[in-house]
Amino acid sequence: MKRVLDRRLFLRTAASATATVITAGGAVVIAASNGAWAMTLSTFDATTARVLLVMTRHLYPHDMLGDVYYAEVVESLDKKAKADPGLAKTIREGVAGLDRATGVPWLQLSPGGQVEALKAIETSPFFQTVRGETVVGLYNNKLVWHHFGYQGSSAEFGGYLHRGFQDAGWTMQPDAEASPPSPA
Amino acid sequence: MARYELNDDSVVVVIGTGAGGGTLANELCQKGVKVVLLEAGKRLSPEEFVNDEWAAFVQTAWLDKRTTSGSWRVARDFPNLPAWICKTVGGSTVHWAGASLRFQEHEFKTRTVYGEIGGATLLDWPIGLSDLEPYYAKAEAKMGVTRTHGIPGLPGNNNFKVMYTGAKRLGYKIVHTGRMAINSRERDGRSHCLQIGFCFQGCKSAAKWSTLYTEIPAAEATGRLELRAECQALQIQHDANGKITGVLYADKDGKQHVQKARVVCVACNAIESPRLLLNSASSKYPDGLANSSGQVGRNYMRHTTGSVYATFDRPVHMFRGTTMAGIIMDEAGHDPKRGFAGGYELETLSLGLPFMAAFLDPGAWGREFTRKLEGYAHMAGMWIVGEDMPQATNRVTLHPTEKDRFGLPIPNVHFDDHPNDIAMRAHAYRQGAAVYLAAGAREVHEVPPYPSTHNLGTNRMSARPQDGVCNAFGQTWDHKNLFISDGSQFTTGAAENPTLTIVALAIRQAEYLADQMAKNAI
Repeated sequence: MKRVLDRRLFLRTAASATATVITAGGAVVIAASNGAWAMTLSTFDATTARVLLVMTRHLYPHDMLGDVYYAEVVESLDKKAKADPGLAKTIREGVAGLDRATGVPWLQLSPGGQVEALKAIETSPFFQTVRGETVVGLYNNKLVWHHFGYQGSSAEFGGYLHRGFQDAGWTMQPDAEASPPSPA
Repeated sequence: MARYELNDDSVVVVIGTGAGGGTLANELCQKGVKVVLLEAGKRLSPEEFVNDEWAAFVQTAWLDKRTTSGSWRVARDFPNLPAWICKTVGGSTVHWAGASLRFQEHEFKTRTVYGEIGGATLLDWPIGLSDLEPYYAKAEAKMGVTRTHGIPGLPGNNNFKVMYTGAKRLGYKIVHTGRMAINSRERDGRSHCLQIGFCFQGCKSAAKWSTLYTEIPAAEATGRLELRAECQALQIQHDANGKITGVLYADKDGKQHVQKARVVCVACNAIESPRLLLNSASSKYPDGLANSSGQVGRNYMRHTTGSVYATFDRPVHMFRGTTMAGIIMDEAGHDPKRGFAGGYELETLSLGLPFMAAFLDPGAWGREFTRKLEGYAHMAGMWIVGEDMPQATNRVTLHPTEKDRFGLPIPNVHFDDHPNDIAMRAHAYRQGAAVYLAAGAREVHEVPPYPSTHNLGTNRMSARPQDGVCNAFGQTWDHKNLFISDGSQFTTGAAENPTLTIVALAIRQAEYLADQMAKNAI
């Protein structure tokens, strides 16, 4: 994953990006036309990757997150599929199935239609695989955490003992018996 | 560290290094007993722990494949992960939250106090609270439990403050930062709690008690302990008279050895312990060792659990500080007027964003789910832990076809909620929601049970041999030199987190065992 723009620019531009496909030395590089994100693929073709990019956002839609984070999930899935032919087959057939369902390529459906089509297959191994990868991969990306107010690892900062572990001022103040003072 | 020969049949072999096995090994070594301690996982140090939920999970959890069956939701949400327990030196004391509560008197005699409950295999313990009280006191001193022995409570974090606010407005009386085996002050050469917030991922400051850096080094310092990490027990062996003779185990290279033993103590947590006994079946014991009662693997309990999370208008940042930061104890008693037997505790809990996404509503997707998750920084959370009913059919069995890498059948964990469990959970969800609504929540989420962290009852102790697997000291009825030393010996589960009781039982068992050995009774 190459980040070629700064974060603010990503966020402003990513959602509307259209994609450019470059084939180079056997690998497929798919990039947002505005440069907001790029995926290097070893297994999936460009259409499969674009379906997965849109699908992962439908699964866990956050308007505050640019496409780059969803692209990372797709890229990770592509890497796993390279090592696991069974997974590659599940994905390939799943994407083909989405297109077959209405007779119209899934990417051409409206967003609401795309979600309907996903609902119809939510018990399938394809759907569950992509959902599982996304729910782990997307929220395990440290770069998304601050969007949710999650601060991640704290031990290197000495924990929260002196960094706001009791700073919610809107609650009742527990008495000293219920909540004794911190060590000096 | 001591070194013992494989054919040294004077040693006690303890299998498992957690709250039961780690404590037992140390107590025995302190009494002059020679111990070989087997542990399937690696030895880590607190410096190696990571404040990263998935990475720590991969680093410490027991991930060998297991299967599930039954109507419990875990079987649907996590079909190959019935339990969230550890494979590492220290066992699940690496991962535990630290809550250290004594059982209540009536919880040792549930069959008598609750009466006959259809479908439940309730049984009175062969011991009572008074038998265990001196050992509870020793365990609390050893573990540095707050609010005991003059040790101050921990300071409450934001998550506790929110719970406290709602609980007080609702009229709950016993609400505080808990009895925790987490240092509120420097003690025993270990730091006070730094409110790091990753208790489940291994405590990097070692403020939380774990056998990894307390019992095990103390045992090593006696010169009598040989810890063999990355050595997984495969089979317990016996002679023609049924006397236990040793343990077959595989080392980290997969090479198999037999360690001879005078006594074997099983402390592998309540899934692997019965599995090991069942996998030790022989022509003499076709149903497995210690199983003349047919009770090995049965009466599996996991506490009636669930969580309540709530979203508030103002920030909470529940992840800052101790994961289990406070408790409401008012519902812990037995009050059948509520429509169920037994009681439950409400304890704060927090998850980081990665695990919140996985556990808030497993399997959910779409905008409704992500809307909830976007409230993460404004969420508070609590965990329900209540007594569940033992049932003969809630059971650890050997899988009929699937084998592990050693060629041994993997365990299947079957669990159906008892109607009493369902009624208790419903009550607890309502009360938990009421607490948060009283504190001003704008939205409350009922969160289904996680994979089990409290696994109990599958080798239960009993007054009579036909009712259980072991006696009041954890000594198996069928083999006097084979002991059960973990939570699988619990007759019933009580409302309290089990670790303190496991430690108390281990201290008591060590006393009995050393005495029996001194008398040459075993």
